[in-house]
Amino acid sequence: MKKLIRDPQTVVKDSLAGFAAAHPGLVRVQTDPDYVVRADAPVRGKVGLVSGGGSGHEPLHAGFVGYGMLDAAVPGAVFTSPTPDPILEATKAVDGGAGVLHIVKNYTGDVLNFETAAELAAAEDVQVESVVVDDDVAVKDSLYTAGRRGVAGTVLVEKIAGAAAERGDDLAAVAAVARKVNDRARSMGVALTAPVVPHAGVPSFDISDHEVEIGIGIHGEPGRERIEWEPVDGLVQRLMTPILEDLPFTSSDDVLLFVNGMGATPLVELYIVYDAAASILRERNIQVSRSLVGNFVTSLDMQGCSITLLQLDDELKALWDAPVETAALRWGR
Amino acid sequence: MDGLGTDWAIDWVRRSAAVVGEHRAELSELDRAIGDGDHGENLDRGFRAVLAKLDGASPETPGAALRLVATTLISTVGGASGPLLGTAYLRGAQAAGDAERLDGTAVVALLAAARDGIVARGKAESGDKTMVDAWTPAVDAAQQALAAGGDASAVLSAAADAAESGAEATVPMVARKGRASYLGERSAGHLDPGARSSAYQLRAASDAVAEG
Repeated sequence: MKKLIRDPQTVVKDSLAGFAAAHPGLVRVQTDPDYVVRADAPVRGKVGLVSGGGSGHEPLHAGFVGYGMLDAAVPGAVFTSPTPDPILEATKAVDGGAGVLHIVKNYTGDVLNFETAAELAAAEDVQVESVVVDDDVAVKDSLYTAGRRGVAGTVLVEKIAGAAAERGDDLAAVAAVARKVNDRARSMGVALTAPVVPHAGVPSFDISDHEVEIGIGIHGEPGRERIEWEPVDGLVQRLMTPILEDLPFTSSDDVLLFVNGMGATPLVELYIVYDAAASILRERNIQVSRSLVGNFVTSLDMQGCSITLLQLDDELKALWDAPVETAALRWGR
Repeated sequence: MDGLGTDWAIDWVRRSAAVVGEHRAELSELDRAIGDGDHGENLDRGFRAVLAKLDGASPETPGAALRLVATTLISTVGGASGPLLGTAYLRGAQAAGDAERLDGTAVVALLAAARDGIVARGKAESGDKTMVDAWTPAVDAAQQALAAGGDASAVLSAAADAAESGAEATVPMVARKGRASYLGERSAGHLDPGARSSAYQLRAASDAVAEG
């Protein structure tokens, strides 16, 4: 499999080196253990936001480190949660005295490693709160699964909680805003192809040219069902219906519509998905007042997309519009 | 001398590292079917780090050797298996305490503590299609072997056999924990990679007695 890499074993480190070189004004990249912090970390008196997870989802999370969003990102190996040590070091590095919020995607490995790091941080007198993001409606939340996964909604949590921290909210308030976003966000994805993990060198799952996987996660782990490909409007309907019914989103709701690329789907197609989703919302008299389209939570080179809806109110709109300056999101500054 | 000493523990660790390395591709392939295809890779990275640590250390008790495995796996493996297996070795080390030699009773206590650690961290139960499905039959068989008058060697041999059967028995199960649970019914028909790697490690513990 052709890849623009040196060695499958050094992909994460090599990429971090490039990230550091590209964005010296925004971030500092630490190695051994590996983590990325804001150039001005720790920010005195501000709640620090730390997120992390397996690599391969870029720009998540390092691309969201900077003013108005994350204070640190902790990348693990490709599709593998980081271990507690770098999470602990990153947590200490961004503690400006107001405590640290861990934003954790609901995957067993991420949860276990962040939990351990939070316990270690508490032992060193750093106040830590954790918010687990679980916006993926493809997984039934029941006793019979590990629960809903944290997927693209994570970006919205990080942006909005980051803005709350930047305006001076305390740790409990920032955590409350993060939970509010998670409670009001719903996502679902579709894959047309499987990603190729560099050290595996083969696609993460087998899927034929005429099939799609509905309800895909962000690690190429299979989703809800495998169906025959159909034109985009049908596929978007299959994502939108469970999303809309789950919260539920109802007529006269005000929403943010986020169409996220999984890495190898061109923007020209993502905008067609956006158009299809927007027209479904129009039919239901749901107002779209904010939007985001692009590759933000990717799955290496997987083709496909996810759709996220966030139910907005005045507070969330103001926090969404607040200035942000990171490698992958920047406005207002 | 009665019971198993530090040599056994170190040999167990080396054999585990060897068997994980040997079956790296197989474990990742099992994971690819119902997870994300990196279990062999991650565990192999962890055990290589354990071997490197072992070269620079000279643990003086079985407990100390297992503690070294625990902290190294927790800080190098990542994912879910790092904290889960790391906790298993940590609790096993705590159960072994400062003892220089472990008899059958002590080995059963070690295995039970390791299993309890995995259950406490991962909150999985028997039948959820996880590594618990290798560990719990192993602990049960070890207890029976001890009750039947078996020594440490007999206890480990029984544990290893039961772990293997336990891993095989995960094939028809529908996963209820971990990444495979997202597949629901589609997870049936595949062997759980965590149960398989746990069975390999328990077999290594037994082989380290027999041939060590």
